[in-house]
Amino acid sequence: MTKAKFALGLALAALSTAAMAAPERWQLNMTPGVTATSQDVFQLHMLILWICVVIGIVVFGAMFYAMFKFRKSKGAVAATWSHNTTAEIIWTVIPVLILLGMAWPATKTLVRMADTGDAAMTVKITGYQWKWRYEYLGEDVKFMSSLSRAADEARQLGSGIDPSTVDNYLLDVDRPLVIPTNTKVRFVITADDVIHAWWVPALGWKQDAIPGFINEAWTEVKEPGVYRGQCAELCGKDHGFMPIVVIAKPKAEFDAWLAEQKAANAPATDAVAQAPSAP
Amino acid sequence: MASYATTDHHDDHDHKPTGFFERWFMSTNHKDIGTLYLVFSLVMFLIGGAMALVIRAELFQPGLQLVHPDFFNSMTTVHALVMIFGAVMPAFVGLANWMIPMMVGAPDMALPRMNNWSFWIMPFAFALLLSTLFMEGGAPAGGWTLYPPLSIQGGNNVAFVIFAVHMMGISSIMGAINIIATILNMRAPGMDLLKMPVFVWTWLITAFLLIAVMPVLAGAVTMLLTDKFFGTSFFSAAGGGDPVMFQHIFWFFGHPEVYIMILPAFGIVSEIIPTFSRKPLFGYQAMVYATASIAFLSFIVWAHHMFTVGMPLGGQLFFMYATMLIAVPTGVKVFNWVATMWRGSMTFETPMLFAVGFVILFTIGGFSGLMLAIVPADFQYHDTYFVVAHFHYVLVTGAIFSIMAAVYYWLPKWTGRMYNETLGKWHFWLSTITVNVLFFPQHFLGLAGMPRRIPDYNPAFADFNMISSIGGFAFGITQLLFVWILIDCCWLKRGAKATQGVWESAKGLEWTLPSPAPYHSFTTPPKIDDRMLAHGDVTH
Repeated sequence: MTKAKFALGLALAALSTAAMAAPERWQLNMTPGVTATSQDVFQLHMLILWICVVIGIVVFGAMFYAMFKFRKSKGAVAATWSHNTTAEIIWTVIPVLILLGMAWPATKTLVRMADTGDAAMTVKITGYQWKWRYEYLGEDVKFMSSLSRAADEARQLGSGIDPSTVDNYLLDVDRPLVIPTNTKVRFVITADDVIHAWWVPALGWKQDAIPGFINEAWTEVKEPGVYRGQCAELCGKDHGFMPIVVIAKPKAEFDAWLAEQKAANAPATDAVAQAPSAP
Repeated sequence: MASYATTDHHDDHDHKPTGFFERWFMSTNHKDIGTLYLVFSLVMFLIGGAMALVIRAELFQPGLQLVHPDFFNSMTTVHALVMIFGAVMPAFVGLANWMIPMMVGAPDMALPRMNNWSFWIMPFAFALLLSTLFMEGGAPAGGWTLYPPLSIQGGNNVAFVIFAVHMMGISSIMGAINIIATILNMRAPGMDLLKMPVFVWTWLITAFLLIAVMPVLAGAVTMLLTDKFFGTSFFSAAGGGDPVMFQHIFWFFGHPEVYIMILPAFGIVSEIIPTFSRKPLFGYQAMVYATASIAFLSFIVWAHHMFTVGMPLGGQLFFMYATMLIAVPTGVKVFNWVATMWRGSMTFETPMLFAVGFVILFTIGGFSGLMLAIVPADFQYHDTYFVVAHFHYVLVTGAIFSIMAAVYYWLPKWTGRMYNETLGKWHFWLSTITVNVLFFPQHFLGLAGMPRRIPDYNPAFADFNMISSIGGFAFGITQLLFVWILIDCCWLKRGAKATQGVWESAKGLEWTLPSPAPYHSFTTPPKIDDRMLAHGDVTH
């Protein structure tokens, strides 16, 4: 059983490299990710980046032109003017227009991201020092997810193990979160001790996990695959060692997986459930 | 020109205190206290820099080679506190002490004894903070932002860091009061507010920011203290408190704090660029109003540091729009600097090199700041190395480059000697190259998914981390050159004697004094001649 799961995991891992589900060496840019939201975020990121690049070329271009042209050593004689109302109005108004052009798509995307309604299922995520707990609400499936054994050994100070020999070093867990593809999954996120943040870059967002608060977020993954992330809010000694792995499976495979988890839990859950329900 | 210098003939009997202790510990002289602040800041810069090198050494390769994760977290935490409160802020206060009285034609700061006190609190505050490194349980390791509940998981270091922050706050508030009192009451007749040098203006506005927000920080950390030691639950959800409230209060301080560290830098650059362009500052009044607008906006953007805490949509939109607005006055400033250079007659001595480096590299930090303002994109950038790259561009190549520019610019006036120009240029070019090797790759790391404040990482991040670490060590070593240039100029006095004007086209009251500036200057107020002001036509 576990071997089969491991094999499946490997197969999915191979499949997912196409979608850049984990960081790659020399990676320069954000990845578009695997949800409509993450792709919107990516587009927005690229839009602002290019606007900044263009503004940078214009401003630094003018500056370098000035520095080469208006040098004392080239005989430049300084002008004496110190204001130009037209220019000042132009370079106040144009940035405002550019900002409006950025704010519009940003607002649209943000409003879409904030809508957690109509979710098909809900997973509760709880952050602990230093692991995650996942609970499929209404399904009686819950488990802890912590750093893989191999990485945990290699990451000890002076372990002598080369991290590059460990697969997905610091980005692998013992029990990944499994979700169905093409299904709107809602997450309710909290923490038990200090503040953590749940972040899988391929999904396009991160959300703080705060003790005493319940935050909401959602995703709808298009492609099956293994997507990796990390805790993104400093949470103490092992903050760097509480990764997140999400496996997205087609709906049918997910249902089978969920049924299997329930079956594995069944005897224990029954015993616990019966005791309080007897009047 | 000499007619403004009322103390020309006092050089030889300017009544300096004679004993070392009397001169440096009991001083009420704005120049001596300015020097103390600047020396203190340099020492803290080197200590904070050493901590940064511990961080970069551990991050040189994946895997943990040198330090435990707890100590790594202490390094990031204390590095930030030392650099912000120990290096950048005192350097600006030191520059204010030295320059504001000379720039407005005052004999000294308005409150000289308080000036002494506000400096001498600092060494004790940092002794408290740094002593935690040697304590059982180590130094604070919850990040300089001190977010609860994590920050109060520490041991007794929590009390030490909180008292240290209280003392730094008291020092800053007293310094700010002194600066406001000096600027509002001690200007020479004819030095109207809208004739003051831009550096004085930016410091006046900064001082009001300090008075407004340091008490807020003091309140926030006091609540942390009582939560930790006296059983209150301000920030503990279990006791009915709210951990997010701390973040709101902290960043209500924290965002103006960011501008406290950059507005005086704007002022410095606005003094230096006109001098070396031999042309008046473009749009003097626009510069002043832009500074005031940035200061105002700084109070209504704090929550952009916490877009991922789960704010309501309306809150996120408000803070996004308000943050984006800051780009407008900041843009005005950058355009004005470029317009000042346009059709000037430029030379590129070290202060000008650092000022130009500031404008370019700070603007790059501004661009990443604009990107971070966009909430959906911030959901990806937040708490990654992209943020680390952003704030180091605005703080190192922004604030610190401006401080170095200021030191090179005014050092001849302070010491009466020129610094070594060749070494100064080497310092600039080595710093500029290495600082970009250090911080530019961190943008890529953040975009590829590397969170900040982690001691170890996936090997996919190894290449850029190694490059960044190499840049870090090279930048660190380069700063030793800066220390040597200072020793060479101030101590060994090997440079040429500085003239009164020092720079060919430097304007402003400080350049009407001899070099070095006499111990007591402007004991009778100078006459203000509008043509001698740095910014030319003050009606615009």
